[in-house]
Amino acid sequence: MSTAYVNDDTRLSWGRVVRSHHLIAKPRFVDEIAPALADASVMGLRALPVGLGRSYGDSNLNPGGALIDLSKLDRIVAFDTQNGVLRADSGISLSDILRFSVPRGWFLPTTPGTRFVTLGGSIANDVHGKNHHAAGSVGCSIRRVGLVRSDRGALELASDIEPELFAATIGGLGLTGVIAWAEIQMVPIVSAYIEQEVLPFDDLDSFFDIAEASQNTFEHTVAWIDCTASGRHLGRGLFTRGNWAPEGGLDAHSDKLKLTMPVDGTPLAFNALSLRVLNTMIRTAQSFKAAESRVHYEPHLYPLDAIGAWNRLYGRAGFYQYQCIVPPDGRAAIAELLCAIADEGAGSVLGVLKSFGPKRSPGLLSFPMEGFTLAMDFCNAGARTHALFARLDAIVRAANGRLYAAKDGRMPASMFQTSYPEWARFAKQIDPLLTSAFWDRVSQ
Amino acid sequence: MSGSNRRVIVLGALSAMAEATCRMLAEEGAQLALLGRDAERLDTVARDLKTRGAAGVHVFARDLLDTSDTPSALQAAADSMGGANAVLIFYGVLGDQNRAETDLEEARRIIAVNFTSAAAWSLASADLLERSGGDGAVLVGVSSVAGDRGRRSNYVYGAAKGGLSILLQGIAHRFAAKPGGARAVTVKAGFVDTPMTAHLKKGPLWATPQQIAQVVRRAMDRGGPILYAPWIWRWIMLAIRLIPDAVFKRVNI
Ligand SMILES: Cc1cc2nc3c(=O)[nH]c(=O)nc-3n(C[C@H](O)[C@H](O)[C@H](O)COP(=O)(O)OP(=O)(O)OC[C@H]3O[C@@H](n4cnc5c(N)ncnc54)[C@H](O)[C@@H]3O)c2cc1C
Repeated sequence: MSTAYVNDDTRLSWGRVVRSHHLIAKPRFVDEIAPALADASVMGLRALPVGLGRSYGDSNLNPGGALIDLSKLDRIVAFDTQNGVLRADSGISLSDILRFSVPRGWFLPTTPGTRFVTLGGSIANDVHGKNHHAAGSVGCSIRRVGLVRSDRGALELASDIEPELFAATIGGLGLTGVIAWAEIQMVPIVSAYIEQEVLPFDDLDSFFDIAEASQNTFEHTVAWIDCTASGRHLGRGLFTRGNWAPEGGLDAHSDKLKLTMPVDGTPLAFNALSLRVLNTMIRTAQSFKAAESRVHYEPHLYPLDAIGAWNRLYGRAGFYQYQCIVPPDGRAAIAELLCAIADEGAGSVLGVLKSFGPKRSPGLLSFPMEGFTLAMDFCNAGARTHALFARLDAIVRAANGRLYAAKDGRMPASMFQTSYPEWARFAKQIDPLLTSAFWDRVSQ
Repeated sequence: MSGSNRRVIVLGALSAMAEATCRMLAEEGAQLALLGRDAERLDTVARDLKTRGAAGVHVFARDLLDTSDTPSALQAAADSMGGANAVLIFYGVLGDQNRAETDLEEARRIIAVNFTSAAAWSLASADLLERSGGDGAVLVGVSSVAGDRGRRSNYVYGAAKGGLSILLQGIAHRFAAKPGGARAVTVKAGFVDTPMTAHLKKGPLWATPQQIAQVVRRAMDRGGPILYAPWIWRWIMLAIRLIPDAVFKRVNI
């Protein structure tokens, strides 16, 4: 065995359901990627590039095989202070990018709800953020990608250089090669603060009304849904929306955690905690009426990042997240999904609901499309949880929706293949050495 | 001294701890001269540090085991920045204790890297800083807690690091004879999660290179002459040193 690889039985995805053995290499330099691929091949193993492991299901796992963990490959290659083009190695975290760019007056074009993901991982899932309706997914702002493949070596990709492989690599789930570096178009900011409003709403129709009214006037929008509510209150929750404040200073966030979960908790503890969070939010919102305040981007964009390893709260069996998207005419499907979940009493207390805009990235397998996305956590209660998912799948399929691979650990192959019509075209671009547990499952 | 006045020579600049320290210094606007083996990797690191704000980054690709010209090599590194007021020594190899017990070549390599060459660079650095470092000049060497008591699991490495610690302690004592002149600090690191230790099982006592880097950065301004990193190791090693031999021989560490 090559010395670069180390045996590891502890690598988990964010949902912590799958426990398996991997060989892991952690290159610190780009020149170590090709040898790591070659070594895996010599050992007769399939490989998968991974980042900070923030995907929930099994798309960042390769049980019994090799993982190339890029999170130590975290250098900034160049930054154009005039035009805001940042070129960095793929393992740099979005957190580190912001700590560098915010004091210089630049922000990420979009960001997921945690900043502890790598640049490479965010490209491989073509991640979306609260500003999807304005900015599209991250793939819309990726200008260039450096890829290392087991069969073709180092390549440079852009929309006009190897366009097909470029489009496959955006949202490519790590299967088209190892992303070594990327060039991303940042956006200028004048302050690090957001003028935020929090609006409580009583039912789903009010959500759709507020979402529509906010679409053109707010850059960031998202709603927290109370999944325990049913009947008249089905879909009640809190709508947060915000815009960059015109002043306040260019302070980057601090990475000091306020709290870390040292041990596994129980699902009960988690629900108790989320209920408390929800109630506090509702109370705060009500006491301000149409609560309006200026907040730093950190609590606005990354409310969950204040607690380290919160995923352990779900206990040893782990948990699943179910995130789907339905087209704009699928409003009824959202109501059906919420009904089914409340009916089962199985969901976590909080769900996230957001509308996506029409802007598309080049990605062949990208999850985002125009419509509404609903995301919710479920502790892993075995067959019962899977039965509920089958029920939810049927609703999503009937509405011509689909599920997000970054969150998925169980979708049936048939559902993947019908809801991602470009999958066969994508499959032609796969690096023959690479695979993942997710891909083994959905490509059957 | 504020970071922007620092002109720092870094020996073993490609190590994870060195790079983490350099990033802090770069963000403060320091000048850096990096010595390490691989020219291309040094350039990669230098580009990152320049982008992060270093006032200047100069690279010198060379094998630090070669100590035939340490004074002139250090002088050249200092000259590239218009003088140096800090030298940081990071490099080392863990080696294979079991092999070193039967294969003397392995033992020799462990000692040559961790002690013989590091000692030569430390002495030459002390000279350079004493002569021309000016106010606030500092030499920081990263050593290891393994040097505090000989243990069967790693005593060859421990002996070399222990030797380096004594040497740096001596330099600190020598500097102390001239108050207001240069300082020397030994940073004794515990378990650090780096490529050198990738194959070892990790526990709660393991630190990140960034944590050690913070101690090194602080040591450049104050403290010493011996700092444990993280600090808890001071007490752990005190306890380990105090265990009576009769008990110690039964402990498998
Ligand atoms: C609290 C939380 C909130 C989240 N919120 C959002 C959200 O709002 N929107 C959203 O879109 N997502 C969200 N996510 C999901 C997360 O953004 C994605 O899963 C992201 O891809 C994780 O990146 P990572 O670096 O952890 O990669 P990993 O999870 O380790 O890997 C993700 C995928 O990227 C591939 N990959 C990683 N690095 C490379 C590389 N260098 N080259 C090629 N392929 C690579 C892997 O093979 C895998 O397929 C959230 C996750 C969490 C935990």
